[in-house]
Formats: sequence, structure tokens, C-alpha cells
Amino acid sequence: MEERIEIRLSGSGGQGLILAGIILAEAAILDGKNAVQSQSYGPEARGGASRAEVVISSSEIDYPKVTRPQILLALTNEAFNRFKDNMAEDGIIILDSSIKKEDTSNKIIQLPIIETARKDIGKSMVANIVAVGVITELTKVVSRQAAEKAILSRVPKGTEDLNLKAFYAGCSLAEKLA
Amino acid sequence: MSSMPRLMQGNEACIEGAIAAGMRFYAGYPITPSTEIAELAAEKLPKVGGKFIQMEDEIASMGAVIGASLAGLKAMTATSGPGFSLKQENIGFACLTEVPCVIVNVQRGGPSTGQPTLPAQGDVMQARWGTHGDHPIIVLSPSYVREVFDLTVRAFNLSEKYRVPCILLMDEVVGHLREKVQLPDPASLKIINRKKPDLSKISHYNPYQDYDGDGIPPMVNFGEGIPYHVTGLIHDITGFPSTKPEVTEYLITRLMRKIYNNIDDIVEYEKHFTEDAETVIVSFGSTARSAIRAVKILRSEGEKVGLIRLKTIWPFPRKAFRELPSTVRNVIVAEMNFGQLIETVEAACEGKFNIFGLNKYNGELMSPDEVIAKVREVNKNA
Repeated sequence: MEERIEIRLSGSGGQGLILAGIILAEAAILDGKNAVQSQSYGPEARGGASRAEVVISSSEIDYPKVTRPQILLALTNEAFNRFKDNMAEDGIIILDSSIKKEDTSNKIIQLPIIETARKDIGKSMVANIVAVGVITELTKVVSRQAAEKAILSRVPKGTEDLNLKAFYAGCSLAEKLA
Repeated sequence: MSSMPRLMQGNEACIEGAIAAGMRFYAGYPITPSTEIAELAAEKLPKVGGKFIQMEDEIASMGAVIGASLAGLKAMTATSGPGFSLKQENIGFACLTEVPCVIVNVQRGGPSTGQPTLPAQGDVMQARWGTHGDHPIIVLSPSYVREVFDLTVRAFNLSEKYRVPCILLMDEVVGHLREKVQLPDPASLKIINRKKPDLSKISHYNPYQDYDGDGIPPMVNFGEGIPYHVTGLIHDITGFPSTKPEVTEYLITRLMRKIYNNIDDIVEYEKHFTEDAETVIVSFGSTARSAIRAVKILRSEGEKVGLIRLKTIWPFPRKAFRELPSTVRNVIVAEMNFGQLIETVEAACEGKFNIFGLNKYNGELMSPDEVIAKVREVNKNA
């Protein structure tokens, strides 16, 4: 079977996870691959459980949803507990430092994503873009150039610099692990 | 030139297709999971000289669409289950008065307010019989974002060609999915516009006269100088009501035949690996994507499984089942409902195959694993 990478971004409504999913999918397309992005959310606009899912493949994508992701991002406790046991065998979990880590059969990488957005960038709302930086640098699932281009085309006008700063901060968090 | 590949949402592809097909009027009332269609119509229509109006509710939206179409514009509305229910009365009016229009239903879980944010395919029978009385209707169902574009164009073309409401039956998965899409060159699209009468050859225009013998009366738009009567009552060729049995029978027969005499032009479906199949899955919309994935996996393991993916649901493509080879023993109908299309499939199979339903109605898209498990169960027992 063809190479298929599944990514699940989970947290709560308002954290910008759907935008992060869109950026990753668009970056994959810029890299010349196929990508789909889907989402699941409750009736609440903010605060409820929210997730965005991305599938990236070099060939046609039939089934568009994520079942056992190779990459899970969890920004809330609830999201971590709900999704930690539905992973690919070799999958990695990227966990915000604010969440209590529990043992799972998968590798967990815990990073201060929300804190970096709040303290270093000055806006907690760019945690989603910090996370895009972490995922890009850590997994190489999309190229850095494509991610930057996708961010610039998708974030609101006037916030480009702020978001690029958040992206680079995310990349640095991941680089420090290496 | 076709466009550069880009990430596009199904609901966005619907508006792109509608505008490419010539839509210049949209009336609607926003409802999840179709709201992006209304938002984008509001943004894009003024840029091409079109009109967008948000009406007070779905009933009025459907009325506005019919009025705009009678005045000569290609018109569309989009909704989901609860709104689709409200639109049914006016959809019936459009069927009887033969007003071309496109109604998009991005299905969510029902009945009633149901599951607003979750996918379902529970409006399959409502799309066919939601409005009362014998009436023709065309229902198309896309599985891919690019196909949303293509079938929206086709919905307008069929609606204009046959003067019939055409329903684009999407589901939440296809409506909200973002996917890599390359749109075709607009100049390469075949666009069909409603037939107009040759007024130099007609001394007195009757709005419902079958001048060409194809069951489709040529249409003069309101405002073009020939006033005529449009009514939801059974009418004769002049457009005025009649209770005569022969007028009633003639009209209903003509309405049905203009669709059923052209069924080969209207129905579209895809067959995958059916040539030597022992078990064939039938599916449509997003569920068909799970089914094709399952078929590919099962084929790689040597299982003789095929798929019929319906792009037209109504009129129902019976031909697809007559064409199945004699190797076929089992037919599985995979749909995100309690079992709606299965009875129509069963009738189309004329007793030749064992029929099984694979149904999911918990708000989640059926997975390829579930399809695979069903195929294995059926092959073991039947």
C-alpha cells in the first residue's frame, strides 16, 4: 500500500486547530503531495472538544478520515485522554507541557507550546502556529518552505509577522530536542 | 487553462461550480453544515453581477429562487435536513410549474434538529419523495471535492435542460472536507441554458405547450414581454387551471416522461472491479470513499469484490445492476442511514442476488474496516 500519513490535531474550540490543519494540508500540496483536511466539532463555537485531521499521501486519498494517526497533537487533557490509545504503532504524541503525562505505548514528546505562544510571542492564540512549527521540524511531514508559504496565505492580513515568529519559535522548540 | 492545484472545501467547490454554470441568484437561510455555501455566495455573487439574499427562512428562500428563475436567472439555494423539510412545499411547486433550480442539501444527522455538526445520509428518500404527489426530480450525490464542482455544474445543466428542480445531495463529510483540487478551465465546460421558443414561428405562445415533442416546453422568462400564468394547480398548455381528466393525465405523464425517457442522459455511476466480482458494494457520497478503500484492500488480498458508486441517485440507475456479470452473488448496500436505498437496489436486482445492508447512523463516517468486515461476513455465510 502507498505511504499514508495521518495527523490528528486535538484540543478545544477556539485554539485554531482547524487552521493549523488547513496549513499543514496546504503545505503538503505545495510539496507536490495529495492532502485532505477534515474536522470534527461540537455545537459550541468555543470551549468544546475540537479536532482537525490531515491525511497526506503521495497517491490518491480514498478514505479521508484519520483512524490511527502517526502524529497526535494534544493541547488539552481531555483530548490527550480521548485519543492517546488510538495511535499507529510507530506514532508519536506531541503533548503540551500543561498536560499531565500518562504512560502510553507510544513515544510522547512534551513541549511548552501554549506557554511559548503566550510568553515568547505574547499571544496565546498563536499556539496553533507554534504547534505547526513543532510538527514541521520534528516530523518533516511538510517542508519548512511550504509551511511558511501556507501560513502566509492562510493567516489574517496584518498578522503575517506574528505568525511567522510563532512558527519559528515552534521550529526552535523541536530543534532543541535533537 | 485549468487552475493551480489548491486546497478547497467541498462547500466552496459547490459555489465555484454554481458560478461557473451561470448561477446569478442565491437565496438562502444559513444552516450547519451548509453555511459556507451561503457565505461564499454572498462574497462571490456581487463580483459577477449576481444577487445574494438572505431570506427570513427556508420556505421564503425557495420561493425567491423560483421567482428569480422565472425571471431568467439561474438560481440556487443550499440547506440541510431541517431546512430541506421546509423547502419541500415550494420544491413541489417548482416541479409542477417546471421552473429550473438547484437545491443543495448538505446532509446532517436527523430526524428533526438531529445532529447538526455530524454526517449522515438520511435524506435519500426525502430527496426523492419529500414533496407530495407524482413528480419528477433529479438527485446527484458527489463523493469528492472536485466532484462537488462537476456535479454542481451538471445539476444546473440538467435542471435547465429538463426544466426540473435538481437536488445536489451532499453530506457533512464531503461538504466540510478540504481536498487538493484543480478546477477545469471555465471555457472547457459544457453549459446548458433553458430552451427558448422561436417566437417568429409561434402566433400565440402557450407556456406549457410541448412545441418540440420532447415533453419540455420552451420557456419565456418573465419580463421579456409575454405575461403568462404560473400555478401550482394542475394546468393546461395555457398555464390556467383545469380539472379535466385528460388534461390532468397528460400533464403528469409528460412531467414524468421528460425525465424517464432521458434516463441514459441523466444517470451517472462508476463501476470498479465488477467484471469478475462475487460481491458488489453499492454506495454513494462520502461512504463510497470508505467502500473504494475497502475494495482496494480486499482486492490486494485476492477477494473478488467490486463497487458501484452512484453519482445519480434519482432517477435510480437500474441499468447498473442489469449489467452485473453472472459471477455476482452478493450485493451490499453501504449507506449512512438505517437502510433507505436498499429497497430500491433490491428491486433493481430483480431477485438475482443476495442483498445485504451495511448501515451506520451514529454520526461517524463508516470506516473501510467496517466495510471489509461486512464483506467477509457475507462471503462466509452466503
